Amino acid sequence: MSAALSVQDVAVELGGREVLHDIRLEVERGELVALLGPNGAGKTTLLRTILGLLRPLRGVVEVDGKPTRPGRTAVGYVPQRHDVAWDFPLSVAQVVMTGLTGRLGLFHRPGLAEWEAVADALDRVRMTDLAERPVDQLSGGQRQRVLVARALVLRPALLLLDEPFTGLDMPTQDLLSELFAELAREDRAVLMTTHDLASALQASDRIALINRTIVASGPPRDLASDHQAWMTAFGVGQRSALLRILEAA
Amino acid sequence: MSPLDFLTDLLNPDLAFLPKALAVAVMSSIVCGIVGCFVVLRGMAFIGDAVAHAVFPGLAVAFVVSGNLVLGGTIAGVLTAVLVAIFSQNRRLKEDSVIGVFFVGSFALGIVIISQAPGYAGSLQQFLFGSITGIPDSDLWVVAGTSLLVLATLFALHKELVTVSLDRESARAMGVPVFRIDLVLYVLVTLAVVISVQTIGNVLVLALLITPAATARLLTDRLGMMMLLSPLIGASAALVGLYISWSWVLPTGGTVVLVLTVAFLLAWFLSPRGLLARVHRSRRRRGEPGAGQATLRTAVEGAS
Repeated sequence: MSAALSVQDVAVELGGREVLHDIRLEVERGELVALLGPNGAGKTTLLRTILGLLRPLRGVVEVDGKPTRPGRTAVGYVPQRHDVAWDFPLSVAQVVMTGLTGRLGLFHRPGLAEWEAVADALDRVRMTDLAERPVDQLSGGQRQRVLVARALVLRPALLLLDEPFTGLDMPTQDLLSELFAELAREDRAVLMTTHDLASALQASDRIALINRTIVASGPPRDLASDHQAWMTAFGVGQRSALLRILEAA
Repeated sequence: MSPLDFLTDLLNPDLAFLPKALAVAVMSSIVCGIVGCFVVLRGMAFIGDAVAHAVFPGLAVAFVVSGNLVLGGTIAGVLTAVLVAIFSQNRRLKEDSVIGVFFVGSFALGIVIISQAPGYAGSLQQFLFGSITGIPDSDLWVVAGTSLLVLATLFALHKELVTVSLDRESARAMGVPVFRIDLVLYVLVTLAVVISVQTIGNVLVLALLITPAATARLLTDRLGMMMLLSPLIGASAALVGLYISWSWVLPTGGTVVLVLTVAFLLAWFLSPRGLLARVHRSRRRRGEPGAGQATLRTAVEGAS
């Protein structure tokens, strides 16, 4: 049985510069993995490579044992909230339905099965009550849930979350972390990038530190004591506040 | 002139150009109204303006060689859009600068070309500000056919257009051909502009594309309703504008646009989230007569 996500020795070039090299990362079903690293470490680039939007220079990316292709592979992608035009006059359910556009293909309209999938996804993220609400009236946390539902509507084996906690307050982050852990336990692999150390340490089963390559990876408790790995990944000194937070964790 | 007199004039065979102008104006404002929804929601007003100017050299060439205006305008518009798409690949320049260069450039080219035609001042004025006379019968059919084509394409690609407009990166990840959908939208905007230029004029056509959709957006939070209201507002303004311009001998394009502008202002003041509703709500919040628990709650919800 192959891992839900398998990234093997991947290198990626952007504008003639090698931004990722020797990336090795596996995420099993049922596992929530947090990808941590400084700005420019290549987190988003790695996600885009997994989605098949960037072609790796070397190496292989496989989802459920098959190479990824946009529209062909069931990967649930949750972009950063500010990438979405929230002022578009759509209801929550309509936004979730756009998650099926690629699968439906040209000239096909959504039918009963598709609306059922939408209802199901909204149920998963506990947004059923707000299904008819225009999206521009939602709070940040609710918007994040809508995007997760839109990703879930494909019933993907792998869920990719790009900085889901950015700009959200504490109770909202906690509720979302719980939701992500729950989604992972429903036999899905979940990989999220984040800058939020607390949520990553608390909610994830494994943390992978990235800076152009995977510096270290392991369960939060074990990795927290490996200060050298964090210093390498984030390029910080021994007196950094980051390490003091890890001590406390 | 009473509306009845206007109706009599419309049916008068000696004034055959009038019903033709009305038909073209109404058809083009319906098409512009619907395409305009995407232009407004995607914040493409500048691109709409660019396309409106970019079709000009095509119209000028078609006019000089007595070819088909719709075809000429479309070719020029699409060519300019492709040029912008190519030149935008250079990352030292933002797209809006490239658009700025090319649309004024093609407009200038149009002016130079049309100056070669006899009676150039008159025809230039016609192109810039529109005219209701001199629409050949064949144009009626070309406009009707083009309208149907644009509407059918919008209907067929609705979910792709919505998905791409909402979130390009996710659309790409799902395998939606984002670049091609964008290109189709530019072509649709171009076609909507081209069929409208004759009656409303090159300078004013942007209003037909933006104002009805913006007005509709003020009135609703539902895309479906917006795409219904917008063409309705556009078509009504075309009818009322033509009536007013015919009655008081005013330029048609200008009158139609002014009617649209009035409609927009009315919506801005009277819409559910408009100025009037806000004033009304804040008065209730201050506890003036009739302010109960329920109204207070709606006021707070409305404000948040």
